[in-house]
Amino acid sequence: MAEFTLPKNSKIRTGKTHPKPATSKKPKTFKIYRWSPDDGQTPSIDTYEIDLANCGPMVLDALLHIKNDIDQTLTLRRSCREGICGSCAMNIDGMNTLACTKAIDEIDGDVKINPLPHMPVIKDLIPDLTHVYAQLTSIEPWMKTQSSPPSRERLQSPEERAKLDGLYECILCFCCSTSCPSYWWSGDRYLGPAILLQAYRWIADSRDEATGERLDNLEDPFRLYRCHTIMNCTTTCPKGLNPAKAIAEIKKLMVVRR
Amino acid sequence: MSSSRIRSYAAPLARARGLGSAKEGVEHWWLQRLTALALVVLTLWFVWVVVRLSHATHDQALAFVAQPCNTVLLILTSVTSFWHAALGLQVVYEDYIGHEGARLGAIVLTKFAAVVLIAATCIAVLRIAFGVV
Repeated sequence: MAEFTLPKNSKIRTGKTHPKPATSKKPKTFKIYRWSPDDGQTPSIDTYEIDLANCGPMVLDALLHIKNDIDQTLTLRRSCREGICGSCAMNIDGMNTLACTKAIDEIDGDVKINPLPHMPVIKDLIPDLTHVYAQLTSIEPWMKTQSSPPSRERLQSPEERAKLDGLYECILCFCCSTSCPSYWWSGDRYLGPAILLQAYRWIADSRDEATGERLDNLEDPFRLYRCHTIMNCTTTCPKGLNPAKAIAEIKKLMVVRR
Repeated sequence: MSSSRIRSYAAPLARARGLGSAKEGVEHWWLQRLTALALVVLTLWFVWVVVRLSHATHDQALAFVAQPCNTVLLILTSVTSFWHAALGLQVVYEDYIGHEGARLGAIVLTKFAAVVLIAATCIAVLRIAFGVV
């Protein structure tokens, strides 16, 4: 059955508090999920009172300020710090988003930060993405053709190219999939919004010759039809994309080809 | 994610691919929508019937059901609503029952129950229509 309460080893306790510096011009409190595989403890929420005058404007700036100057044990993924790599996806103030593009002053009160929901945690804010990456591989996200390759680029009209707008921009941060209750309950078999958007990106590509085969692989009560248009995916996407629409387009094609 | 189905040493891709695609699901999805569409009209009609017959005598109610148009619409309402309910409940079971056997059992029982309810209501309506009662 679906689990509605946290298992015993996931119950969250109150952790350490790192009080604000004596002279704080612009104080702000961060409450951050902490868990280490090494100490045998259950997860905790640690409290960090920091001075925003000492760090940049984004949540990622605050996290790096904490890591560099307050508590070096805080563990998180980050790379590009400009919303293109998708590494710093996490749940901030109740919404999955990218720490690097979320401004601290958008958040009223304490800033609550958790790892992406319902994924196994490796440490602190780092979720284990092994399964979702394997699901991406399973939809074969590359161009598949049988016709002999042309002597130059494979051409596409501007109209055909426009069909990839709203799809190619996905950075695979998995904010959408981890916000989806269907993915929480059935993520072992349901592909989730991120992977289905990627699948549709290749179905919609005029240069790809494997549309039927791709639809065959998606036609499944669990892989595709766990989507119940809850729309959390579209609400949370930090790139402003619409995975729910991509899934609806796949469902439409399934009916059209009957 | 349900951990019971995770084979610990299988490659992640093997786990993601699982048993492959069932290559079905579109019929269920499409039928659920078609029955929903039909029920928009049939349910409004049925509510109207309930309101209209709320103060009718038993004989008046039987006479209403025995009219050919009403007989057909009542049978359609019964078949469509019970089958739509069975399809919808199947989705709920697939969402929330992780155990394969329990899920299959719930789906089978629901489908049987739907067929029994459809048969019972249709025979009741037909008995009235053909004046057996």
